[in-house]
Amino acid sequence: MNLRIPVPEATEPLPSIRTTNGFLQWISSVDHKQIGIMYLWSGLMFLVVGIIEALLMRIQLGTPQNTFLSPEAYNQIFTMHGTTMIFLVLTPVLVGFSTYFLPLMIGANDMAYPRLNAFSFWMFLFGGLLLYFSFFAGGAPNVGWFSYAPLSEKVYSFSPGINYWALSILLMGIGTIGAALNFIVTTLSLRAPGLSLTKLPLFVWMVFVNAFLILAAFPVLNAGVVMLLADRLLQANFFTTSTGGSAVMWQHLFWTFGHPEVYILILPAFGVISEVIPVYSRKPIFGYEFVAASSVAITLLSFGVWAHHMFAVGLGTTFNSFFAATSMLIAIPTGIKVFNWLATMWGGSIRLTTSMLFAIAFLIDFTIGGLSGVGFAIVPVDWRLTDSYFVVAHIHYVFIGGSLTALMAGVYYWFPKITGRKLSEKIGKLHFWLFFIGFNCTFFVFHFLGLLGMPRRVFTYPDLPYWGSLNLFSTISAFVFAFSFLVLIYNIVYSLRKEKSAGDNPWDGWTLEWLTTSPPQLQNFQTVPFVRSRRPVWDLNHPENPDWKREEED
Amino acid sequence: MDKMKKNKTFMYLFIASEAFFFLGLIISYVYYSHPGGKLSSSAQYLDVLKTSIFTVLLLSSSVTIAFAGSQLKHGNKKAMRWWLFATLLLGAIFLIGQGTEYARLMSVDLTISKNVFGSAFFTLTGFHGLHVIMGLITISIITGLLFSEKFQSVDRVMLESVSIYWHFVDAVWIVVFSVVYLGAIL
Repeated sequence: MNLRIPVPEATEPLPSIRTTNGFLQWISSVDHKQIGIMYLWSGLMFLVVGIIEALLMRIQLGTPQNTFLSPEAYNQIFTMHGTTMIFLVLTPVLVGFSTYFLPLMIGANDMAYPRLNAFSFWMFLFGGLLLYFSFFAGGAPNVGWFSYAPLSEKVYSFSPGINYWALSILLMGIGTIGAALNFIVTTLSLRAPGLSLTKLPLFVWMVFVNAFLILAAFPVLNAGVVMLLADRLLQANFFTTSTGGSAVMWQHLFWTFGHPEVYILILPAFGVISEVIPVYSRKPIFGYEFVAASSVAITLLSFGVWAHHMFAVGLGTTFNSFFAATSMLIAIPTGIKVFNWLATMWGGSIRLTTSMLFAIAFLIDFTIGGLSGVGFAIVPVDWRLTDSYFVVAHIHYVFIGGSLTALMAGVYYWFPKITGRKLSEKIGKLHFWLFFIGFNCTFFVFHFLGLLGMPRRVFTYPDLPYWGSLNLFSTISAFVFAFSFLVLIYNIVYSLRKEKSAGDNPWDGWTLEWLTTSPPQLQNFQTVPFVRSRRPVWDLNHPENPDWKREEED
Repeated sequence: MDKMKKNKTFMYLFIASEAFFFLGLIISYVYYSHPGGKLSSSAQYLDVLKTSIFTVLLLSSSVTIAFAGSQLKHGNKKAMRWWLFATLLLGAIFLIGQGTEYARLMSVDLTISKNVFGSAFFTLTGFHGLHVIMGLITISIITGLLFSEKFQSVDRVMLESVSIYWHFVDAVWIVVFSVVYLGAIL
């Protein structure tokens, strides 16, 4: 049987607002590829805003007793920075990649519910715009990205900023739940013939498992947020301690969502890494089953670790010990994956493309973030370091060193599929080194500042030994780090104008998205082959040595 | 996977996520209705008897929508229409019952801002009421489609998916009723 499918040439030009119906076609689109691209552009737009906010904070903190920002402005900016980066950058970019590639990787022509897909995107975008509208409506939220009660209550925060925060979180939560429902049903119902769940590409597997995590975590946040809104708008008493409410209840509700949320932001990133490393190491992933099963373990365990954010609340030794144990436990399945990736690279013929460099940087930086995370599981260590810059270092190592670095690997890996052009490797390498050095220099010193006792969320600090110099070093590095994103944007614009087409499968990838044209047509696939192994495109390209034959022999 | 199975899967997943939303509210209610470990004295104002009657009515609407489904199987559209009307009516009566309960509680000065019990009670039952309203809207859309020329065939997939949601709304009420009302007298 000839499994080779003729691939048609791309007839449509690059997706752009200049094409046929332009802007209208984009805002009315239900095509998963266009929606995915809109997610990615919106994520990039909010990323630029979030970086500007970060730089404003770094300027303020560059020297002791600085007066560049007022305390009130500083509070608003760090709240907006955290909320933006988590809900308006990492979430939509991960969801955007999933929306674009999940159908392609399982050989489907669209999501199971295209209109729900569009709905999810617009809920997210307008939720984000609503959050930023607060600047014009009497002040942005100013109580941090987790809005601890009772500070977030009306008595202490009279400006409407927190109402906007709560409403936009609610909208984005609904959008994300819609996307998660779509991912699960799409994976269950639209797979190519022969593509059983055990043969799914690991990226799809991670997104699939992650969707269950979203379905369980976001509704709990929504419940907390509607209670906060009831407090602020209807004078309810949930979290107002003066009238019998409980501020600790907010912490429980928030972190019941909040800790699964960090896994929600890292599991798809694990998926990206699990695609990138094998392709550039020219070896199938080592221990597919372990990578897949450990993410299920992470999903289940992530619901039993939330109170490690609350060791300082004083909930009692039994309580703290339980959550310390579960928090250490969850490091095991994560560690398993790191060894899987290392073993995949071991003995492979590694191609050090920009994408692979980011994947390797991910292994290093995410491990640093993971290790400081295990440290926090030890209750006395947490007591010493909680709410210090050590926590700030940890969160940035897992979110930037983990999620964002993996996303960069994904950007360089999949850009040719989305646009038909490769990103320039030369500019890409420059981007990578500025990113890697800038990031580590900015945030590694935070560990020391935390150990020296610098508290987080302070707009300035006294001139204590080393505080000024470490902060200044971090501020200068932050500008290098921010510059790396300008290089990325330049690379995107520069590479989009390139005449030379990348071809349909520039990296010699193995999953189904590389079978179709770059960029794919409105209908992704005319025909899909019968999938017999985890590397269907390898099987097609190597009819003399397909995976499924070897598997049968084993 | 056929359309029926696909949409049913979607609906089950959707109500699973809804269940987590209610779980958050129910746990909060249990906590807030027992300030200091004892049931709040405000719980005595709840009308358990009247609410049990409305509860029976809401639960019977689960039966009527199931009858509508079996009539659709037999191709009996007229009977199906009547069963859907009955469902709408029972749901609406339940909402009226909830409205009168709210009005009475407010007349004895038990409001959402009165104390933590009031906050938790009105938020939990209020969000359940909103879900009943959403169900009534979707069921009326189906009923409306039955009258339209274009949609003479309301398909089973549509009705089945809405039924799953409607049963869920009833099931949540069983839990809410047990926790809130039976919890107040036990």
